[in-house]
Amino acid sequence: MVQNIIDVRNLSKSFDISSKEPGLKGTIKHFFRRQTKSLKVIKDISFEIKEGEIVGFLGANGAGKTTILKMLCGLIFPSQGSILVSGYLPFRRKEDFLKNITLIMGQKQQLIWDLPPIESFYLNASIYDLDKFEAKKRIKKLSEMLEIDEELFIPVRKLSLGQRMKSELLAALIHEPNILFLDEPTLGLDINAQRNLRKFLQKYNKETNATICLTSHYMKDITSLCKRVICVHEGAISYDGKLDLLLKKLSPVKEVLIVCRSEEDAIKLENSGFTIKNKIKNEITIKIDNNSITSSLKTILNNFDIEDLFINEPPIDEVIGKVLIKKNYDI
Amino acid sequence: MMEYRVEIALWAISGIIPFFMLNIWTNNNLNESINISDVMLSRYFLCAFFVRQFSVVWVVFSFEEDSLMGKVSPYLIQPLNPFFRYFAQHLAEQITRFPFALIIAFFFFIFNPESLWIPNLGILLLSIVSTFLSFLMQFLIQSIVACLCFWTEKASSIERLLFIPTLFLSGLLAPVVSFPAYVKSWIYLTPFPYLIDFPANLLSGNETNISGGLSMQILWIFLLFPLFKKIWSEGTKKYTAMGS
Repeated sequence: MVQNIIDVRNLSKSFDISSKEPGLKGTIKHFFRRQTKSLKVIKDISFEIKEGEIVGFLGANGAGKTTILKMLCGLIFPSQGSILVSGYLPFRRKEDFLKNITLIMGQKQQLIWDLPPIESFYLNASIYDLDKFEAKKRIKKLSEMLEIDEELFIPVRKLSLGQRMKSELLAALIHEPNILFLDEPTLGLDINAQRNLRKFLQKYNKETNATICLTSHYMKDITSLCKRVICVHEGAISYDGKLDLLLKKLSPVKEVLIVCRSEEDAIKLENSGFTIKNKIKNEITIKIDNNSITSSLKTILNNFDIEDLFINEPPIDEVIGKVLIKKNYDI
Repeated sequence: MMEYRVEIALWAISGIIPFFMLNIWTNNNLNESINISDVMLSRYFLCAFFVRQFSVVWVVFSFEEDSLMGKVSPYLIQPLNPFFRYFAQHLAEQITRFPFALIIAFFFFIFNPESLWIPNLGILLLSIVSTFLSFLMQFLIQSIVACLCFWTEKASSIERLLFIPTLFLSGLLAPVVSFPAYVKSWIYLTPFPYLIDFPANLLSGNETNISGGLSMQILWIFLLFPLFKKIWSEGTKKYTAMGS
């Protein structure tokens, strides 16, 4: 049986936020009597993640996804509740715990700006107690997986964003962590770089059975990497479960564009009881329930003279967009 | 690479306050009032320059910037306190400054040949130790102030307040011996005279209590280190990882 590697119980986090009115008057008032209020950004959430799972955290900007990741890796202290990651309390930042995890945050970098990435890799290798031989071996292996070579010897400031991101990943993975916290890792990358990064993460997960917690606003990252998603809405979990179940629930019908051989056939089809979305001459778009898609298409092909047929999935961004604005999803 | 070399040279030159002070002291014959010869005074200020070059600390500014920009976050989840990184940076820059400091000293002796002296090996070694202890003290003081970033976001403002007594009481502008006796007795209870005055006097061969000075430096380090650890541990609980 696969064990839980992350166990979160009734976790909450509040931040003290100060606000200031605009202008000189506001500034003077703010200087003498600062208005602060406590803002609860994470509200009593609980979940578990199993070893080797890739879980996507979905939510609108400010929903609390990144705050959850920061608490899971021990970067910030929770206000309430408990977190166990790999048997450790993350915030205590025990050496063994820190050697087991990594956090990659979009365009925030740990590479030394004026030096080639290879220098940062060897520095990280020393920090994680790797000897030079082992470090060299891992750098070679990871650079092959990430398809970087000459870039290792060029100062970081002269690398492209994609090359930098790959180098960041290498620096963050040199100690071969079992748990990866990735906060928008593909932010700002072009389509090819995004695809390569996703391929790399899939391969890393497959080869090392690492657990990956991921946030991203690119739905392709989520759909190609995560079987399970946790949707966060205003600091609370609105859905925790399989991604395909969520998609089925949110888009229960498929749109089928049917091109009939004649307009008469299109009229006949229009009057045959299917839900029609629109009709233009001999082209007709109908909505069919996911559960009856096979039988419905069989009926249409048997009874009408069809020239062509297209089944359209609703755009994933549109479907997920619905999750981000809703409080709760019971599947 | 040219700009880096120029930058390093500028760092070294930026620490020449002691030479300005030497000029003010000798032109106004101020040294006569404290019974220090011109030669000893010029040696003192040259040594103050050297001690300053190898004990200057800017960790509060680096940490504040990294903290506000979210750069501290990746360091915090590594099994090494981020202050070790800053410590290593300071040591690396001290090594880089060394040849430039030697060049400045060379020109100093060209213009002041009567001040040339060669300290004996024992005194030289003790001066290096004392300068390193001074660096440790300043690093700890600034690290404590830097940790206030977890509460105030602008810890460098507090450091600027601390810079005033450092400037006046450390011996950078005037040897502590030039202060009135009752002021001196108070100054020696603070860490400031052990930052520049004591190591500079030691290296220049001025009369100084070597064991007393070294003991005070070590004592201050032992007092400051646990304070740093405590404020670090409390501060990280307040960390909000802003900017990341």
